Amino acid sequence: MNVVFDHLDVFGSGLWITLQLTALSYLLALGVGVVVATMRVCPAAPLRAAGLVYVETVRNTPPLVLILLFVYGLPKTGVKYSLFVSAVVVLGGYTGTFVAEALRSGISAVPLGQAEAARSLGMTFGTTLRHVVLPQAIRTVIPPLGQLLSALVRNTSLAAPIGLLELTARAGQLNTSEPDPVWIYFAAAATYMIVTLPLGALTRLVERRVAVAR
Amino acid sequence: MTAPSGRPTARHRARRLFGRRNPPTGPARQRYLRRATVLYDEPGPRARFWIGVGSAVGLALVALVVVVALRRLDANHQLDRDRWEFVTDPAILRFLGLGLLNTLKAAAVAGALALAIGCLLAVGRHAPRAPVRVVAAGYTYLWLAIPLLLLIYFIGLGLPTLGVDLPLFWFLVLGLTLYNSAVFAEIFRTGLVSLHPGQREAAAALGLGFWQSMRLVQLPQAVRRMVPSLVSQFVVLLKDSSLGFVLPYPELLRRGQITGLFTHSVLQAYVVVAAVYIAVNASLSYLARRIEAGQRRPLAGTPAGPPGAPGPLVIDAGVGLAGPVAPVGAAPDGRSA
Repeated sequence: MNVVFDHLDVFGSGLWITLQLTALSYLLALGVGVVVATMRVCPAAPLRAAGLVYVETVRNTPPLVLILLFVYGLPKTGVKYSLFVSAVVVLGGYTGTFVAEALRSGISAVPLGQAEAARSLGMTFGTTLRHVVLPQAIRTVIPPLGQLLSALVRNTSLAAPIGLLELTARAGQLNTSEPDPVWIYFAAAATYMIVTLPLGALTRLVERRVAVAR
Repeated sequence: MTAPSGRPTARHRARRLFGRRNPPTGPARQRYLRRATVLYDEPGPRARFWIGVGSAVGLALVALVVVVALRRLDANHQLDRDRWEFVTDPAILRFLGLGLLNTLKAAAVAGALALAIGCLLAVGRHAPRAPVRVVAAGYTYLWLAIPLLLLIYFIGLGLPTLGVDLPLFWFLVLGLTLYNSAVFAEIFRTGLVSLHPGQREAAAALGLGFWQSMRLVQLPQAVRRMVPSLVSQFVVLLKDSSLGFVLPYPELLRRGQITGLFTHSVLQAYVVVAAVYIAVNASLSYLARRIEAGQRRPLAGTPAGPPGAPGPLVIDAGVGLAGPVAPVGAAPDGRSA
């Protein structure tokens, strides 16, 4: 127990890296998600196919395999990034496929009349999507996007096996120097909960704020 | 052009979307309608020309990237024959195959346990006694709030110090089960909540108790609706079994890493492992989509609507007995925009 209170700064610094990882990879995931979702509904068949291949490949690979491939495999080709950048790219790219699928289901939940009205006004595919369909689609998928954010906070722990010193890795490090796994991992779990538990309430708040009356 | 129910027919819809007089028939029509979207017109000659140009340029760019990547791989001797030779070595293939078997075994056992516990939890969250509801909700939120990897570290490092010593297989299964039972519970609950309240009320009106109502009326319908989600979550579970890597339980990823270090082909071994995971998971995802597509069609002889849509219970629809009666099995058409 004392191990935890003597090393609160260790948990703090781990949490800080975890939060940075989460924020940057979530931004990347939202960008990737919007682009891929657009590709998957666009008129050009090759782009639709490319989006499908990307989603099916990345989503069906365990993120740990992706991270190991990126960190230990890619340097063999002479391309090398820092651990932090690698983790952000992999987590963002992986979460992006889920964001894309959520957005796609959101797009199909927008009433047909909306797109029809936009198209009758002479809007093109891009304008329709950007000004009419996507803004409504994003509003309907706020709950899944919130769940994805919570999942992302938890998935940042996958950067621990490659040695990036975020919360889980910090706990492991502390456990190596002063073994007391039960309390150390309990404290780490509690720290994660401080971040993930309020996310549900936050999601509901955002959902209410941006809700469209239909 | 409309069916007696007032719904546009597929033909009507296709004409509205595409402005064609005669939409294709037969299997071609199914493909045609699946593509039907209001977001854009079917590309005309000029649009097709530009899509062709764009595809050619894009393909050329992709080819360029692939060529550069291959050249770099070659320059770093990653494409040499001896780096890939392990793929043809029967002993190594057997080693990896057993790893895959371990992965599937852990996923299957954990999946079955998590399914059973998740079902009980979901029922518990609707239980008439408040303490049961609180415990079920607390359990669910607890495991959904912490990373599975942390849980597995906790189990692998913490439990032995508490005097609990199990084979690594059961450590992995325990971690996967605790976390996924919470996820399955949420999925089942979504299914239960999506049922029309009339189902529960009708069961109560027939004098069924809580358990009978759940077992005979609510759960069968909820489970059937959530089958696609359950299969998708099973894919996630299978991917998560790769976290056994840190225990270290000798599943596919661990054995892939060992192979890579042993044969000095780290990149190649991870590529093979990733390909195996993709093959297994893509088949499972395909299965999920097939089931989902099957559910959209009402089963022969059962007046069931698609998941999420109330069945054609005329009284429910607010139409009353005097209103027009929807034909049995007339499911609201699946939207495709």
